[in-house]
Amino acid sequence: MSDHKPGFFTRWFMSTNHKDIGTLYIIFSITAALVGGWFSMIMRHELGDPGLQIASGGQEWNVWITAHGLIMVFFVVMPGLIGGFGNWFVPLMIGAPDMAFPRLNNISFWLLVPSLLLLASSAFIGSGAGTGWTVYPPLSSKLGQPGMSVDLAIFSLHLAGASSILGAANFITTIFNMRAPGMTLHKMPLFVWSMLVTSFLLVLSLPVLGGAITMLLTDRNFGTSFFDPAGGGDPLLYQHLFWFFGHPEVYIMILPAFGIISHIVSTFSRKPVFGYLGMAYAMIAIGFVGFIVWAHHMYTAGMAVNTQAYFTAATLIIAVPTGIKIFSWIATMWGGSLRFPTPMLWALGFIFLFTVGGVTGVVLANAGMDTSLHDTYYVVAHFHYVLSLGAVFALFAGFYYWIGKMSGRQYPELAGKFHFWVTFTGVNLVFFPQHFAGLAGMPRRIVDYPAPLVPEHLEGPFVNHIEKIKWMASQEYGYHLWNYVSTMGAYLSGISVVIFLLIVFYTLFFGRKVGENYWDAIPETKTFEWTLSSPPPFHQFEIQPKVK
Amino acid sequence: MTKITYWGMALFSFISTISMAPMAAFADDRARPTQLGLRDAATPQMERITWFHDSLLMYIITAIVIFVTALLVWVVIRYNEKANPKPSKTTHHVLLEVVWTVIPIIILIVIAVPSFKMLYYLDRVEEPEMTLKVTGYQWYWGYEYQDHEGVNFLSYLIPEEEIDESKGQRRLLSTDNVVVLPIDTNIQILITAADVIHAFTVPAFGIKKDAVPGRMNETWIRIDKPGTYYGQCSEICGKDHAYMPIEVKAVTKEEFKKWLVQAKEKFASTGSRLPYELAFNTGVQ
Repeated sequence: MSDHKPGFFTRWFMSTNHKDIGTLYIIFSITAALVGGWFSMIMRHELGDPGLQIASGGQEWNVWITAHGLIMVFFVVMPGLIGGFGNWFVPLMIGAPDMAFPRLNNISFWLLVPSLLLLASSAFIGSGAGTGWTVYPPLSSKLGQPGMSVDLAIFSLHLAGASSILGAANFITTIFNMRAPGMTLHKMPLFVWSMLVTSFLLVLSLPVLGGAITMLLTDRNFGTSFFDPAGGGDPLLYQHLFWFFGHPEVYIMILPAFGIISHIVSTFSRKPVFGYLGMAYAMIAIGFVGFIVWAHHMYTAGMAVNTQAYFTAATLIIAVPTGIKIFSWIATMWGGSLRFPTPMLWALGFIFLFTVGGVTGVVLANAGMDTSLHDTYYVVAHFHYVLSLGAVFALFAGFYYWIGKMSGRQYPELAGKFHFWVTFTGVNLVFFPQHFAGLAGMPRRIVDYPAPLVPEHLEGPFVNHIEKIKWMASQEYGYHLWNYVSTMGAYLSGISVVIFLLIVFYTLFFGRKVGENYWDAIPETKTFEWTLSSPPPFHQFEIQPKVK
Repeated sequence: MTKITYWGMALFSFISTISMAPMAAFADDRARPTQLGLRDAATPQMERITWFHDSLLMYIITAIVIFVTALLVWVVIRYNEKANPKPSKTTHHVLLEVVWTVIPIIILIVIAVPSFKMLYYLDRVEEPEMTLKVTGYQWYWGYEYQDHEGVNFLSYLIPEEEIDESKGQRRLLSTDNVVVLPIDTNIQILITAADVIHAFTVPAFGIKKDAVPGRMNETWIRIDKPGTYYGQCSEICGKDHAYMPIEVKAVTKEEFKKWLVQAKEKFASTGSRLPYELAFNTGVQ
């Protein structure tokens, strides 16, 4: 039998098959998203009204924001885009039977599980790690967080980092060595390009994070003082090291999204991607420039003015390759013959919302402007527009685009579109008003904000909300109104998550069975995955495909 | 945001101007519940930031978003399956690609030139007329008037239960000891911290600087109008990060001199220096 599958335990717990590992990553990502999303919901609920609703106080709040940030970055977006779609589709798209190092692939995934458990335990042991996802000392030193929570969080990041480095090495080797004959680098599908660039960013940036948090660990436990001014250290050293990782990290989260969007736009326009080489080299440019802009996260930290000027200039430059990508997607659609099934809606949503998040990035790039906006909700709105409404939209786009290929069953079209519109409305309600709160000066990471307390007759969910909105708008000061709108949007987004889970359930058990090329991709846009059955055979490409 | 928001903002400031007419010379610093833009400027720093944002960046980014949205709407209408059943084969257009690379660069230069000018203006003042030293603690602020021996004090949040709205006090913003500063004076502000990192922020002044232990950061302001101004700590600093506000009362130079005399008596017990509890635990228990 050519398609022999191992037994359940061997197949899922000792897996060496890139598609099975990809599936594990996607299941892991969705699970972690529910946990991280739960934190979003309780955070928005807490901020719905002034005063404390459900948090016991600031430390608990700080633990929530830290857990939310770390989970969404390390356990949702990265495993979903890189581990999930990357594992599934890089070998398929380059015509390879599997990844270069199948067992390394397996350990990359299984390192993530203890990593997430360590992070979860850090939230429940002691008083939790209340440092923000950036884990800045001295707040993250023994002085600020005396228990063992931060140590656990550091170990969690070590494991997640090791997992990603191994995965990235695997992708680089696979892409460089296992492409089908005739597939030169300049003929490689753009999703593979995006994974290649992402992998290089991972390999170059994560060791720096590893170093920084190891220094923090020894500061906390072994009497070193890398970041402690009393011992000759400097807290800003940590910030430089962190953001040398942290800024490439945001491109690590968005580049695979770029890749997915390119394929979807081109498939449903029935046209090859416009300016293919420009698209590929724009990603390389973004990856490269992404390494030399890190200190724009530190404009207010007290850097020399010339340094700030340099980082302003370098940061503004990123808008150029990003603009090339946006315009090339539109040019791909221009003259095309467009269809709008669910993945295309998510892709269009991505392009629009990423543009909105992009232009606020241009605002924030200016060090002088950042004086007003740094650490306010404007920043929160900005990075959620590019990540929560960018990367996450790409995750959904990829899911709807490929679920038929991965499972052999198609999602219900109408329900998919409904899910898109509910999510689109919800997340915009959450994040657009945060621009206003931020411009007015509301700091981020606060458990309670200045505003008069709600009178008793307007407390709770079962009140006349029109009257409540009028009351909020008539107050003398405070950030209540925009936070209230944002929280209402969060409830709607919560509903959209339930819709998504129902769609997943329906698709996997009752979805219509589909054939190999169920989107009717035309030959010019038809990458290798559409030449295989849905789902693909357990071992694919027994006869090696060729590129003409 | 669209132009509508600006009409909204204009309308709002119009209404507030009318209602505040008798006190026009007096600043009314607040984040209004329906506010869509930046806080009213009270210093030349914030005026420049406001100009840069409202009169330059907002137009550019609004135009870009409208342009991209219009293109998206156009392709959806003009090039959908029904309107255009036969897709074109165009995949390259060198001139177009050059244009959409060069025009963004020009736009960025238009942004960058005033941006740099503003950045260098905000940085520091050559000859300050007075110096205020600010120290961040978990979770309160310490202020030292370095030109006036003995005027040093700590400033805490007034707890929710003790807020007296009839005195104009505001929840999570009002403090027990208000920082008093003169108007029309170049004030240098030195900022540091004694435990973890904090950030000293007053939105109406257009300043925000991290208070970093072991470092002394610098910024400056020149306040235009008397009034009370508010800010909040803007770097996560532990459990009471939301509860260490900044309240500044700006007065005329004469009133400031009178205040200094009173303050010397009031704060005599604080001593000449504030506590520097550099309580760094270096890990050795």
